[in-house]
Amino acid sequence: MTASTIGMSAFEIATLVRSKQVSAAEVTHEHLALVKARDGDLNSFLQISEEAALASAKAVDEMIAKGEDPGALAGVPIALKDNLVTRGISTTCASQILKAWKPPYDATVILKARAAGAVALGKTNLDEFAMGSSTENSSFGPTRNPYDLGRVPGGSSGGSAAAVAAKFAPIALGSDTGGSIRQPAALCGIVGVKPTYGLVSRYGLIAFASSLDQIGPFARNVKDAALLLQVIAGHDRMDSTSLGGPVPDLLSDIENGVEGLRIGVIEELIDGVSPMVGTALDSAANSLSAQGAQVEHLSVPAVKYGLSAYYLIAPAEASSNLARYDGVRYGLRVEGQDMNETYVASRTKGFGPEVKRRIMLGTFALSSGYYDAYYGRAQRVRTMIIDSFRKAYESFDVLLSPTSPTTAFELGAKAADPLSMYLSDVCTIPTNLAGHPAISVPYGEGENEMPIGVQILAPALGEANMFKVARALERGAPLIAKKLFWE
Amino acid sequence: MPESISRKEVKHVASLAKLALSDEEELMYTDQLAAILDHARDIMALDTAKFAPTAHPLELNNVFRSDVEKASLDRDEVLSQAPASQDGRFVVPRILGEAP
Repeated sequence: MTASTIGMSAFEIATLVRSKQVSAAEVTHEHLALVKARDGDLNSFLQISEEAALASAKAVDEMIAKGEDPGALAGVPIALKDNLVTRGISTTCASQILKAWKPPYDATVILKARAAGAVALGKTNLDEFAMGSSTENSSFGPTRNPYDLGRVPGGSSGGSAAAVAAKFAPIALGSDTGGSIRQPAALCGIVGVKPTYGLVSRYGLIAFASSLDQIGPFARNVKDAALLLQVIAGHDRMDSTSLGGPVPDLLSDIENGVEGLRIGVIEELIDGVSPMVGTALDSAANSLSAQGAQVEHLSVPAVKYGLSAYYLIAPAEASSNLARYDGVRYGLRVEGQDMNETYVASRTKGFGPEVKRRIMLGTFALSSGYYDAYYGRAQRVRTMIIDSFRKAYESFDVLLSPTSPTTAFELGAKAADPLSMYLSDVCTIPTNLAGHPAISVPYGEGENEMPIGVQILAPALGEANMFKVARALERGAPLIAKKLFWE
Repeated sequence: MPESISRKEVKHVASLAKLALSDEEELMYTDQLAAILDHARDIMALDTAKFAPTAHPLELNNVFRSDVEKASLDRDEVLSQAPASQDGRFVVPRILGEAP
């Protein structure tokens, strides 16, 4: 092997592997060695699946030796959030209740990534059951930010975001229910995408809030993110909410620029952001304007109610989804005198504090006497938000906002106050409620020299325009000068 | 507008959700859930009458697939992950009490 593949893009690695300039095995060995040497400080992986990774790499190399094409992600290392089920490889959701579980099937996205030649390195850390915004709610210890080990990587997909930012893998998969891909992407200085609801199959994604959850890609550049989404998108008969119809082409127009596109800056999502995040957003808007887009400010009034609606709807759905953890069919069982005692003992021991908080909040919002006041009202506000976006997209092609109101905060800073943690999702939540796509693109450094992310929002199935704007934004973006912890 | 939440209600929802709480946890969760529900008061003041509830972002229609036989998950593989199994079935503790 001539040059190191560490730090290369997925496109570069796949090109080298497909043209036999480097083997998938060499790429895999090199990335695994870096993870093993450096992840002790970061805790981005819960488990490295070395044996499976080397077997996948070997399969790719054998195809190439036979003159076959392994696919668009040939030999590209990928990290998987540990709420995506992997057959025979433990899948924990960062919870004690699933600590020893080895799923009997693979998530559809994992089969698709593998069929395109990707090599899964292992499972990444998350807030337990994807509930959190800092990855501190993992029952296996927090992940740290690769630009400052004293700060959080964001969450809930903090392990995947940190692993990609730290160059442990060029791409990763996460899940986004209220910002769990975009917010950690912003805080770690990488690209993260929440696709249109239904574009990617949720089969094998452990359910948190089923009407909001969506799997999406992480990458260090916009084109790699589009490539990975192109690979995992598409109808799946195993997910009744997956969309039929053709998958939009995400790559052909990506370099075509923003000339003539109408871009709206959402005023309600600028209020209360940190000074440097605000400045970065202005600079991003100016850059797009200089590249030929028509950029204007607009009001999307209902988005300011997103947080309240979300923190009733998501826990309500979670309280129902997590009823399945009963100590009967899989996962932790703490035996009691009878079945009811067993349920209580298993769930009380198996779930961490944030999961219990959300289950109780959701149970309350759905309970007799409060259903209409809380859950029912939140569902009406959800319609109000969808309506507000519909009006905005009559005049604009895409919308712009910060991804997170601040740069990465210190470990422990918000851990004791759940509401302050929830407020860090204020810019990302409205997209999930509407079922729309959005992307976070790194845009230089802010407070404490930590990365800033700018969010581009698009209407349902507006991914092609979204990526085009993201690529234009990336071209004009200031770089992150700060070094990674291991550099 | 309802009051946000009392300690008694926290105890009640914990029992509905099959969770046991210590005294300290009851107090902690009462404070935390009350703070979250108080924040949600901003939507209590809205006039939402003209908006129908949204349960799901897609307009889903029920689709009936053809009834074709196909393999399901391997039973032994599934049962290998159960806390207890016997003769191809899950084993659970007693559900009913002793006969009087």
